Amino acid sequence: MAQATSPPEVVRDATARRYSSDAAGLGRLRAGAFVAPAMVLIAVFLVFPALWVIYLGLTNYRLTGVEAAEPRVVGLDNFVKALSDPTFWNSTWLTVQFVLGSAVIGQVVLGFTIAWLLRDRRGPLKRIVEGLVILAWILPSAVVSFLWVALLDRDGGTLNTLLGIPGFAWLLDHPMLSIIVFNTWRGTAFSMMLYGAALGNVPPSHLESARLAGASGWQQLRDVVFPHIRGHILTNLLLISLWTFNDFTPFMLTAGGPDGKSEVLAVYVYNVALKGGQLGYGAAVSTVILLINLVVAVFYLRLLRSKK
Amino acid sequence: MGLRKRSMVAVLAVSSLGLAACGQSSGSGDTIELTIAQNAIAGGKNAAAADFIAKWVIPQFEAAEKAKGKDVKVKFVPSGVDDEQYKTKLSLDLKSGKGADVIDIDGIWAGEFAEAGYIKPLSDVVGADADKWDGWQQIPESVQGLATYNGKKYALPIGTDGRVLYFNKSLLQKAGLPADWQPKSWQEILDAGTKLKSSGVPVPIQINAGTAMGEATSMQGMLPLLAGAGGEVQKDGKWTGASQPLKDALGLYQKIYGGSGLGDPKLQQEAKGRDKSFQQFAEGKIGILMEGDYFWRGVVNPKDGIAKMADRDQNVGYAMIPAIEPGKGLRGQDFVSMSGGALRTVNPNSKHPKEAFELLTFTLSPDALKEETKNGNVRITPRTDVNKEILAGEPLLTFISEKVLPLTAYRPPVAVYPQVSAALQEATAAVVGGKTPDQAAAEYQTKLEGLVGGAGNIAS
Amino acid sequence: MTRFVLGRIGFYTLIAVLLAFFTIPLLWLASAPFTSDPTYEVKVPDFTWENFQAILEHPYALPSLFNSVLLAVGTALLVVLLAALAAYALSRVRLPGRDVLLYALLLLSSIITGTAAMVPIFQLAVELNLIDSQFGLILILTGGLLPAAIFMLKDFMDSTPKSYEESARVFGASPLQIVRHVVVPLVRPGLATIAVWAVANVWGNFLMPYLLLSDVEKQPAAVIMYTLYTEGGQANLQLLSTFGLLYSVPVVLMYLFVSKKYGFRFHGGIKR
Repeated sequence: MAQATSPPEVVRDATARRYSSDAAGLGRLRAGAFVAPAMVLIAVFLVFPALWVIYLGLTNYRLTGVEAAEPRVVGLDNFVKALSDPTFWNSTWLTVQFVLGSAVIGQVVLGFTIAWLLRDRRGPLKRIVEGLVILAWILPSAVVSFLWVALLDRDGGTLNTLLGIPGFAWLLDHPMLSIIVFNTWRGTAFSMMLYGAALGNVPPSHLESARLAGASGWQQLRDVVFPHIRGHILTNLLLISLWTFNDFTPFMLTAGGPDGKSEVLAVYVYNVALKGGQLGYGAAVSTVILLINLVVAVFYLRLLRSKK
Repeated sequence: MGLRKRSMVAVLAVSSLGLAACGQSSGSGDTIELTIAQNAIAGGKNAAAADFIAKWVIPQFEAAEKAKGKDVKVKFVPSGVDDEQYKTKLSLDLKSGKGADVIDIDGIWAGEFAEAGYIKPLSDVVGADADKWDGWQQIPESVQGLATYNGKKYALPIGTDGRVLYFNKSLLQKAGLPADWQPKSWQEILDAGTKLKSSGVPVPIQINAGTAMGEATSMQGMLPLLAGAGGEVQKDGKWTGASQPLKDALGLYQKIYGGSGLGDPKLQQEAKGRDKSFQQFAEGKIGILMEGDYFWRGVVNPKDGIAKMADRDQNVGYAMIPAIEPGKGLRGQDFVSMSGGALRTVNPNSKHPKEAFELLTFTLSPDALKEETKNGNVRITPRTDVNKEILAGEPLLTFISEKVLPLTAYRPPVAVYPQVSAALQEATAAVVGGKTPDQAAAEYQTKLEGLVGGAGNIAS
Repeated sequence: MTRFVLGRIGFYTLIAVLLAFFTIPLLWLASAPFTSDPTYEVKVPDFTWENFQAILEHPYALPSLFNSVLLAVGTALLVVLLAALAAYALSRVRLPGRDVLLYALLLLSSIITGTAAMVPIFQLAVELNLIDSQFGLILILTGGLLPAAIFMLKDFMDSTPKSYEESARVFGASPLQIVRHVVVPLVRPGLATIAVWAVANVWGNFLMPYLLLSDVEKQPAAVIMYTLYTEGGQANLQLLSTFGLLYSVPVVLMYLFVSKKYGFRFHGGIKR
């Protein structure tokens, strides 16, 4: 059974029972010692600055000017300002489209499809397809952004040449579609690898008996495969949603433009904090993003647990 | 807050596995170590400036100090990033008491840096030497203004520039316009555009608009037009709201981009729109284009421009930017322009402010400026005694220096300006996107009130 | 039979479309570096070496690649080591509050990668005297990547059987020995995957190295890539495309090496 790959919450009871006596005889003390070095680094370089960001969100701190020398605590002003700013809501809505379109639909569906198509294959075809998908994932974003500008460019872009429509301005007329397709291309590898591993855990005998019982492809997926990989789906959705939510790469394609039409929240924060120097406000928006991410995570956990 | 934060950090520092301390090296013995930082890097952005510092300034300065009996070592700290990123890094450094001894900043950051305490008046940092520098007499009052905030000098200006209308002479002649074209009103620009259009020029007029071009929209677009309509973004401490000059300037944008076909609205939205406008001008697709002297020096320069035009000297014309109508411009002028410029100053955290100031003035000595502007690398320096000589073979720069600079205007060097500028860019974007000038002006006024602390600070 | 044939045709069509989708964007990187005066247009290259010559003469390009390797390898080793230990302990022993802690850290790690965190991280680095130190940057980058690495590795660890550990324990092996000789071999592909993931993350990171390293001789390729512009901010495509290619080669080689040597999979080596 592959159930153990499920994230902790899902199998809490079963896990507790199974690990009541741990296999390697680690004991809580030594387990603590194993965890400690990581936790110290995380505490210093992650938790501490993250709490600092949350605190900055309560101030009017700026990169320059009087507020840089003497920042004041302004309470929830920044949050009120964000929540009453149509630009913020526009960015939030664009981010929802971006995450749903490129991560939840694009990467998950494409990643699963590739993993499914190649599940029983060996040899060069599988290696080439997987290699190319992974290449898109590991290339540095500065390089990748140039590749996509060259692909989608209005005048000499490869896509317009291939389609025979010179002058079509993808990044201007369809900025969200462009960055959604881009991010699907960019991130599919992770889902593909995760589902590839997950499908390896589905016992072939189960699939075989379902096939003999006359189940269609879709029925096999739903009744045999899905229950086995639910844990992987949860892990996958959690991570890629989180990463996509905070992904800044679209900035390098569209700079949030034209006129904010692709200004997802991560780009909004960049524009506010780095270009505008409004660090307090930017920190507050970051905190709001954190809260949205929290809600999304809880939603996934409930969804995939309740279907058990 | 500072103290508590510090002790918290100290606790964390102790608990974090005894981190190796890799501090910056400081001077040993009698050697004085100085650093000089610019947003320039060999082999990349502003490479010529980086090479000049590394290959001329540093050895010459070290030798000059040695002759005075001082052992000074200078190190160049290069950088090659977007201005915003350079500014961020510099701010963080200065806030933490770090940063190079001699630093370059954009003139428009002076106010916000001063208010944050990142830079201090030169007389406070280096003492009386600052005012005694003999170069001040050679720098015109208006250029000194770039480095002045609340009546105090915070830096030395290292140059200035000006904006003009460039045009493609052969395209204009084909459309029946003279090769020495000089419009006297906005209507004449539009008329020329119409003629260019009917003679088949794809993009008759390019005046930067929209948010993608950032400050280039303000400096080579909105602000010269505002000045041409008799307005100023800030006057006597009051900001200009939805006034008639603002509406006039936005109105010109509407006439160019609002369906007349005189300009290309898409180009204003593209992330690399300004680059493209350069390419298109070089390829003879744009008739008239508003730009700074950088365009002449760095873009269509037949030697090392980024959109080289082999026939620049014969085929690229330039004209002063006219007011909306003669005599209706800023201060009642017939023609207008906008200028900016970079500053160089001594880091208030410098351990050797006197020597740092010596290095600073050394880079702005006549010899250094002449050396820097050699080999076709000419720009308008802050010093009138040098400009005469080095601009002699440069018709455009002489034109700007003699005709444009006397009537130019500067941006208000106050902390909130960058945000106001962004709001102006958004107003132009709104007009290009189809809104009326009145709507865009009203939206600008609303944003402005939020930025400058209420309607009380806005001139009605 | 026809169904089978149709299925085959469908399969290969789909694969062809996928290959096209993933290959076409890469074409520019294959052509521009070998073209004189490259633009954004993909052209048949004239196979000039001029662009490479220019990069070789660039004072910071090649050293920056070395710095990237240093940062990426250092971070990846630290991430894998610390995450593996932590993930193993968390997988085998129920420490109080484990699940909530993991999710909380995962969420916090997202705030730290955002732009808003640059000031706290910069000032923290100043206080700890880690400015301009590659080692300090490695620690900071590691802290940001650890939660996700622990989260993923714990998943792999959970799926490996415990029977081997039990028998090793019967033979008197210490917990550290068990980890080294029993657990690590089982999850090696997972560790390799996390290492590649960490390298790819560090490899592309621009903002933190730029802010925390002042000395250009310590800066990684991601920072140098940003300098290949002119005064007006125009991309120097000749240098950018060529450097982009050189900048990509190490991660690709690393992936090929890792996938050949350890396998590149998201689970432990043995299935139950």
